[in-house]
Amino acid sequence: MNDIAISVKNVSMMFNLSRDKVMGLKEYVVKALKRQLFYDEFWALKDIDFDVRKGETVGVLGLNGSGKSTLLKLIAGVFKPTVGNITVNGAISPLLELGAGFDPEFSARDNVYMNGAMFGHSPVYMKTIYKDIIDFAELWEFEDVPLKNFSSGMYARLGFAVATAVKPDILIVDEILGVGDHLFMKKCEDRIRSMIETGATVLLVSHDITAIMRMCTRAILLSKGEIVCMGSVEDINGMYHEVA
Amino acid sequence: MNLSKKAFVNIAIILSVSFFILYWNYLPVEVAGNRPGNIPMLIFYNAFIALTTALIVTACLILLIKKKYVINQLNTLKRFRHLLYLMVKRNFVTRYRKSVLGILWSLLNPLLTMLVLTMVFSTVFRFEIEFLPIYILSGQLIFNFFSESTSLAMNSIVGGAGMIKKVYVPKYIFPISQVISSIVNMGFSFTAFLFVFLLLRHPFNWTFFMIPIPILYIIIFSMGVGMLLSSMAVFFRDINYIYGIGITLLMFLTPIFWPISMLAPRVYHLIHLNPMFHFVGYFRDVALYGNIPGLWANIICLGFALAALGIGLYVKMAQQDKYILYL
Repeated sequence: MNDIAISVKNVSMMFNLSRDKVMGLKEYVVKALKRQLFYDEFWALKDIDFDVRKGETVGVLGLNGSGKSTLLKLIAGVFKPTVGNITVNGAISPLLELGAGFDPEFSARDNVYMNGAMFGHSPVYMKTIYKDIIDFAELWEFEDVPLKNFSSGMYARLGFAVATAVKPDILIVDEILGVGDHLFMKKCEDRIRSMIETGATVLLVSHDITAIMRMCTRAILLSKGEIVCMGSVEDINGMYHEVA
Repeated sequence: MNLSKKAFVNIAIILSVSFFILYWNYLPVEVAGNRPGNIPMLIFYNAFIALTTALIVTACLILLIKKKYVINQLNTLKRFRHLLYLMVKRNFVTRYRKSVLGILWSLLNPLLTMLVLTMVFSTVFRFEIEFLPIYILSGQLIFNFFSESTSLAMNSIVGGAGMIKKVYVPKYIFPISQVISSIVNMGFSFTAFLFVFLLLRHPFNWTFFMIPIPILYIIIFSMGVGMLLSSMAVFFRDINYIYGIGITLLMFLTPIFWPISMLAPRVYHLIHLNPMFHFVGYFRDVALYGNIPGLWANIICLGFALAALGIGLYVKMAQQDKYILYL
């Protein structure tokens, strides 16, 4: 049991789609009294069940709206599943989006420390790895510039640098290998590789089947909130073209 | 043992009813000594003390039975202490960013407000209060801390939506960080208070050193109210406007610039329902008048504080997983 990094057990996630958020008070009260305050239910994920072992690199594939991001947010603990259970063993660094939790009003330096603290790292520890982060992101001249003045590439670089510098046990990467130029992409891939080599568990999400083929050993194919198929990347490759 | 939330609520209700009956019949006269004498107030006071004791007993029960849960929560809090620290720092930087005088405003603000109020109430209304500026400043110190910390805490979850939607952070960290920032701010107000206290040569009593007690009470109270409000604001944004009016009303119901002696006897009892009345009174007793507050004053203040904290924490814990769907 101890070699399981992420265990997802019969997880379903339901959202209420309220058609129109603004409702007059009178209408609201009347509807509440008539007990008509229902919303349209939307099941973003249906009965998802899988395990990821420690040190594995698993790809999650699927079209837009297939529930990939919802699944990642559940694993990262941002959502609580409506049904089912998720257990995560180890420190997790979710790159749900590059620069998740950054505040654009503050400088790169402030955001690095803040982001570290979100994952439980002390400012003292962050100080020791701060230089690495800036070096990796190649943002030497921009340390004290507020993030709102950053280009999207700079933003993404900083986000990736922070999330991988804190040496998480589990790294979740969502659609990020498409940002930045090819040089930086190469750098990111190298860093993920080196993390895999040192035993980190990686969950990689992408539409890009070639990236997943390059990096992963196993993959999960999602469609409309359900697992269509789970297996080696070669098998998934065939299935993906059928679904897509 | 596995007891659900509902079970604890039921236990709390049963306990408060039984405590009420117990107190109604057996509360010793020494404790009940300076209670107001009319029947509705007596009922209120008994109900109040019954409710708070029940809440405290239930809280202890929860601590005992759900030990593992509590330890888990404490560990998360410990893990996120750096985040808390940085957030407090950030609140502070944001507040005074781009203002010339910066942090000096924290000191100037209470002084200037006090000046305005003193001018108005000493010339226009002619209240006969000794050391009116100090009277006003002490009231302001407590009340402004409460109003500032709760209003900031109220919006903290909605304001932190950007972070909550992207990363896992314990939600109570947002209101707590705002209350802590307000504590720092209160420190500045206290410096202003001390300054005027010495400048006007107000007589000094040794009870002055008991000031941390009422401050602690008001912090716990504000923390609870702030948590409750921040939870409500997620689901019901209108609370912002309602609270704005509520706090103005509360300000006039609290003896910040008017003397308690001017109250008509009927209103005098009613005003006791206002928690701020007790906190401000307690603070003035120890800081200005050299009275040691009795047992009853402590029970009321601590009761209000713990009841607010208990309710706030309970609502927060019960609701916090739903926030994300409403942000």
